[in-house]
Amino acid sequence: MSTFLQQLVNGVTWGSVYALIALGYTMVYGILRLINFAHGDIYMLGAFIGLYASRWFNAAKDPSPVKALLVLLTSMLLSALIGMIIERLAYKPVRKSPRLSALITAIGVSLLLENGGALVFGEDQKFFPQLIPQKTIALMAGVSISNQQLIVLVVSIVLMFGLRMFVLHTRTGKAMQAVSHSHMAASLMGISVDRIITFTFMIGSSLAAAAGVLVALQSPKIEPYMGIMPGLKAFVAAVLGGIGNIPGAVVGGLVMGIAEVMVTGYLSPTYRDAIAFVLLIVILLVRPAGIFGKAVTEKV
Amino acid sequence: MSQLSVENLDVYYGAVHALKGVSVHAEAGEIVTLIGANGAGKTTLLRTISGLVPAKSGRVMFEGRDITRVPAHEIVALGLSQSPEGRMVFANLSVEDNLEMGAYIRKDKAGIREDRDAMYQLFPRLLERRKQLSGTLSGGEQQMLAIARALMSRPRVVLLDEPSLGIAPLLVRDIFKNIVEINRRGVTVLLVEQNAHMALSIARRGYVLETGKVVLEDEAAKLAANDEVRKAYLGG
Ligand SMILES: Nc1ncnc2c1ncn2[C@@H]1O[C@H](COP(=O)(O)OP(=O)(O)O)[C@@H](O)[C@H]1O
Ligand SMILES: [Mg+2]
Repeated sequence: MSTFLQQLVNGVTWGSVYALIALGYTMVYGILRLINFAHGDIYMLGAFIGLYASRWFNAAKDPSPVKALLVLLTSMLLSALIGMIIERLAYKPVRKSPRLSALITAIGVSLLLENGGALVFGEDQKFFPQLIPQKTIALMAGVSISNQQLIVLVVSIVLMFGLRMFVLHTRTGKAMQAVSHSHMAASLMGISVDRIITFTFMIGSSLAAAAGVLVALQSPKIEPYMGIMPGLKAFVAAVLGGIGNIPGAVVGGLVMGIAEVMVTGYLSPTYRDAIAFVLLIVILLVRPAGIFGKAVTEKV
Repeated sequence: MSQLSVENLDVYYGAVHALKGVSVHAEAGEIVTLIGANGAGKTTLLRTISGLVPAKSGRVMFEGRDITRVPAHEIVALGLSQSPEGRMVFANLSVEDNLEMGAYIRKDKAGIREDRDAMYQLFPRLLERRKQLSGTLSGGEQQMLAIARALMSRPRVVLLDEPSLGIAPLLVRDIFKNIVEINRRGVTVLLVEQNAHMALSIARRGYVLETGKVVLEDEAAKLAANDEVRKAYLGG
């Protein structure tokens, strides 16, 4: 029993990282019907920006929670700007073109970020500094959580809760929902659809960057291709929850994280990466619209 | 000078020539109606005025200003709004949030609340359903919401695209009564309708659009008495 609970703790923590990344996929899809394949690479950039930020703040030699928070915020902010630039330079010009053009553009941006990353940061692994030295907190007999895991959980929950409040209760958040329903109707309200789209990319990118920093806190080896697998799995998580659906992305992320940890623990670590695709196939067969998705035909 | 005037407008969708040198105008305080069969170009005209569809040539003047190339979201702020064909309410938002989006360009919180309450008075059904997701409303209620939402920006001119489309006759009567009331409060109305009978009964002037061209233009009462109009649009 305690093994199971321990796995659950690990799974939920890991799943909250997927959830943060999945939110960006789902929000961009909701608003543009675009699968932003470069999104996983923003997660990677987030980790690298975090690495450089730790150097600026001299956080490696002299770590403190305040500096860790500064590193996180810097990474989120700069990644938001990168998200904005990508949207303006790469996606906006093809927005009125056939959907395939946008998809190919997204793949191109992804390759650019990965190979550009390899060029700028180097292909080899870099070590993310220990901003928060690890401590283990016992929850009950045989079940524990590390302080780093706890931070991942708390930060994820704060970000997701904040996002929810923002989307549901602010004027801009409601405008995002309006745009995701209909660009035409939204612009008839005086909403600048372009600005809302850019803003959505910024939020999604900053959440992915947060995920990158949070993961790097616990498993400090980072490299330019580190975003590929988590990006793919978070995408599956978003589909699982019903792509375009914000609570769905969170649930999908958690399911993905828990499934992965359970498979690793009870079956074999070999199947760890496979479970994402098994889940994808099952959901596409059983409930293609996802757990929370409505079975509507896609808008064009 | 007319409050709104469309001059020699040509609009294409690819190779389809949807509007062919269309000119219409609306004077301050009028209800003007635009009638015509399905596919005549009525929706295209309203969309072009609102900046949603680009004009190939010709221009749209609003209160002395050329708005032909002004983007849609900026036109609302100038005082011209639209309730689009098919209503297009934000199904994923509540009635109240839809009205809030209608007032998106405004910052005066107190004024917005006041106008919202005025809309609830005009359309009491919306008040009863204010917390409901608008996607769950009936067609008639959605139409009321679309009109109310268009008014929340405090427009001086409002474009209404087929407010009677797919709505129970009893509700249509209600909605038209309210259009008259809205006009009485000082909003100029450009009303597009296939229901020519109703439209001509409340309008001062009207235009008949056929395959992208204005073929008739007159006082509403005269159009209603016109033989061709009666035959084509009023069922004899
Ligand atoms: N988005 C579009 N793409 C191509 N053709 C269109 C589009 N919208 C309308 N049309 C065509 O333009 C003409 C006018 O349509 P519309 O303005 O919708 O007429 P109405 O509102 O009078 O029914 C029709 O021939 C219609 O098929
Ligand atoms: Mg029409």
